[in-house]
Amino acid sequence: MLLRHTTAEVAERSALTINPAKTCQPVGAMYAALGIHNCLPHSHGSQGCCAYHRSMLTRHYKEPIMAATSSFTEGASVFGGQANLLQALETMFSVYNPDIVAVHTTCLSETIGDDIPQITAKAIDEGKIPKGKYVIHANTPSYVGSHVTGFSNMTKAMVDYLAESNGKKSKRVNVIPGYVEPSDMAEMRRILVEMGIDGIMFPDTSNVLNTPLTGKFNMYPKGGTTIEQLKMSGSSLGTLALGRLASAPAARALDTKCGVPCEIMDIPIGLLATDRFVDTLRKIAGVAVPESLNFERGQLVDIISDMHQYLYGKKVALVGDPDQLTALTEFLVSMDMMPIYVVTGTPGKKFERKIKELTKDVPHEVKVKAEGDMFLLHQWIKNESVDLLIGNTYCKYIAKDEDIPLVRFGFPILDRVGHSYFPTAIRARSAC
Amino acid sequence: MEHIAIDPERAKKELVAKYPAKLARKRAKQIVVNSIDEKNEVPEIQSNVRTSPGIITQRGCTYAGCKGVVLGPTRDIINITHGPIGCGFYSWLTRRNQTNPDDSEDKHNFITYCFSTDMQEEQVIFGGEKKLRQAIQEAYDIFKPKAIAVFATCPVGLIGDDVHSVTREMKEKLGINVFGFSCEGYKGVSQSAGHHIANNGLFTHIIGRNDEIKGGKYRVNLLGEYNIGGDAFVIERLFEKCGITLVSTFSGNSSIDTFENSHTADLNMIMCHRSINYVAEMMETKYGIPWIKVNFIGAEASAKSLRKIAEYYGDQELKDRVEQVIAEEMAPVMAAQEAIRPRTQGKTAMLFVGGSRAHHYQELFTELGMKTVAAGYEFAHRDDYEGRRVLPSIKIDSDSRNIEELEVEPDPTRYRPRKSEEEMAELQAKGFRFKDYDGMMPEMEQKALVIDDISHYESEKLIELYKPDIFCAGIKEKYVIQKAGVPLKQLHSYDYGGPYAGFEGAINFYKDIDRMVNSKIWGYVKSPWQKEPELSATYAWE
Repeated sequence: MLLRHTTAEVAERSALTINPAKTCQPVGAMYAALGIHNCLPHSHGSQGCCAYHRSMLTRHYKEPIMAATSSFTEGASVFGGQANLLQALETMFSVYNPDIVAVHTTCLSETIGDDIPQITAKAIDEGKIPKGKYVIHANTPSYVGSHVTGFSNMTKAMVDYLAESNGKKSKRVNVIPGYVEPSDMAEMRRILVEMGIDGIMFPDTSNVLNTPLTGKFNMYPKGGTTIEQLKMSGSSLGTLALGRLASAPAARALDTKCGVPCEIMDIPIGLLATDRFVDTLRKIAGVAVPESLNFERGQLVDIISDMHQYLYGKKVALVGDPDQLTALTEFLVSMDMMPIYVVTGTPGKKFERKIKELTKDVPHEVKVKAEGDMFLLHQWIKNESVDLLIGNTYCKYIAKDEDIPLVRFGFPILDRVGHSYFPTAIRARSAC
Repeated sequence: MEHIAIDPERAKKELVAKYPAKLARKRAKQIVVNSIDEKNEVPEIQSNVRTSPGIITQRGCTYAGCKGVVLGPTRDIINITHGPIGCGFYSWLTRRNQTNPDDSEDKHNFITYCFSTDMQEEQVIFGGEKKLRQAIQEAYDIFKPKAIAVFATCPVGLIGDDVHSVTREMKEKLGINVFGFSCEGYKGVSQSAGHHIANNGLFTHIIGRNDEIKGGKYRVNLLGEYNIGGDAFVIERLFEKCGITLVSTFSGNSSIDTFENSHTADLNMIMCHRSINYVAEMMETKYGIPWIKVNFIGAEASAKSLRKIAEYYGDQELKDRVEQVIAEEMAPVMAAQEAIRPRTQGKTAMLFVGGSRAHHYQELFTELGMKTVAAGYEFAHRDDYEGRRVLPSIKIDSDSRNIEELEVEPDPTRYRPRKSEEEMAELQAKGFRFKDYDGMMPEMEQKALVIDDISHYESEKLIELYKPDIFCAGIKEKYVIQKAGVPLKQLHSYDYGGPYAGFEGAINFYKDIDRMVNSKIWGYVKSPWQKEPELSATYAWE
């Protein structure tokens, strides 16, 4: 028994989180920043955070994850981290030569209240930021929200700092893919290409976190949204924001700043969400859906019908991030499965309401919890078991103890290699 | 792979050439070309100083050193991280400390769990002591542990939460051992401060709470062995075979009971000098237990360490038993060496690991006939590089001054010298050395590069300049180095393999290194059309 002390009796807890179903903001901001071409993420805090976030992303992707840190000492923690960030910017630009540094904060610099724009302005004054180079920032306090919030904040910073309107509308469509895998972003881009739509996707980590082994380490891989594209996003026809939590703030900011209207949708996981994604794209861009996509859609419907006898009525426990879980719940319900436990660590009451609504016709009691944890989920399972568990690597301990099949899904997946090459969005291959 | 013979002084210059002037001057003090004089003394290296912001360091923080490294491996203490969720999450089952809960009567094992107060904005504004108190209560109510430890993270120190008063109060209320660590991430300059804080906490709150002498011959403690990949299991088996009684291990495969009783042992042995030498020193002062440096990484080193223990006890029966065990264990090791060495002989390695392994693992490479051309630590101090003889000349700088040094006195009733002064002198006269460690540099080759707190830029440059056959570091470096076509052996997680300690561990290591340096994959990095890009004049079938 790996989790030998977990019992079925559910004790009320108000202060102790056990086996969290979330992590903290900066790792999401670091991931988002890696989706900008020639960008070096920078963690403004003590160096432990940066080491942990780089390690976690590395273990998930089996890829180099580059990021620098302000390396706070006790002195800086008391008197402020200005000197650290100034020195860091000088070192980064002279040694590592990024085109852009994306600064995020930690609970340390947020608690002491460092003013990043003021420090950056000082760095510009002192000539520490070379001409033509950029520094953007997002405040990412670890004691608010989760890693998804951090992703959302950094994505919004891309708009705040870079998007600009040139007064003319282009025919381009912006896609904010949400906190999804590089393979998902590549898949979304493929759909755009198939439909003949000129799109700007940001952030975009494909070709950044799945690079080839060539005998030469490349600190800034060829992928990532370019600074030029981020600027141009302010002149696009419209923005599709996929995933309410991760993408909506950036999309709304772009609407406010540059007057680019946005449509906020679910991440395209499963048949219905993907249908809506493609249909919206079709209408926005005024194009017809190509036969190739009809073909793929039909293949998915075929697979679901072929498998229906094994899927029908199966009880599923889900744990992960809100945007994914919302889409996944709808997908499972559409296949006549029964998602009966849905848990996220990320706070937000809207999530609970949304899942309740999606599962209102499920012929079984459905338990939903935002700000829940895996300990609670495990206790629910001990009370009534399920046929399938969907979640990240940390679910394997529950899966083993309770002898339940596990589909590894979400972040982080640390104990498998190659998963990052398979899209989970669009056709949800791994869930089928 | 073809090696490039390079002048190390020139390499050093190249490593810092791209840095801004001030940074280059600082780094130049932390990069040393090794030279050992006739007195076995080495040049001074700057270490345990603050990391340069923006340089891309390997280092982590004090919390990681305290909670992650020292206290993490103990199975029956509930470790609550007091802070936002990240710190607890990232230290959840990431270090591969194995444990055997069936060794404990109550079979407690909390290592698979992550406990956190999951601090929110409200606590940052109004303080988190109330939530912490409640979290301790909930942990107690649900799990009924023997002990609960609380670890402070960055914001805790800033908002002024007093984890020590909360733990004292809860200890009183619950009647179990509850204690706290002020291991905020910004303290000191690296994980190292966390080790020291953990040592102080172990010494103050746990060690010496149970005076029962539980019997057994040749009673020892093993300090600074964390059972990564089962290393401690291997060493435990060796001791058992030799008839040596292991009272406690700090802290691989450990329980709090073994710590409480550890002061009844007669000898402390240090594996990882950096992380645990404080406890050894304090136990010697308070209880009279001498300590020696040992190393169970490498077959020769393991044999030597076993002989040291036998020498200490001076008992012929033990000496004979140890020789017999060494002879038995060495046979398969020699066979493995003979089989593998022809494929590894003459190859080169680099090691940049924490605060101890960059030294110990050079033993294993030597056994494979491989040469260590560069090595360094993330967070070791000068004594780990140059030997404890430099301790009096180490100045504690302003960044580390606030790490507490405990005042320790001999215990009025329990202080008991394990050997008389004459016996100690006699052993020393025979060349036996107590409380001593030579450090890494005196055992490295002349002109090898020694680099403290290596940066990403320097690692990349080293690979380019030296083209080593293998690079040893951690997960953050692994894929960087491998993209450049050089295999990287993780010497923190062992790449999910191991054990590497003792004799059977040595064989595991030989096999893994052979597999990595001789893998076919490194020969396939370039495609045929990249190797021969010329277009042929005619189509091949014409």
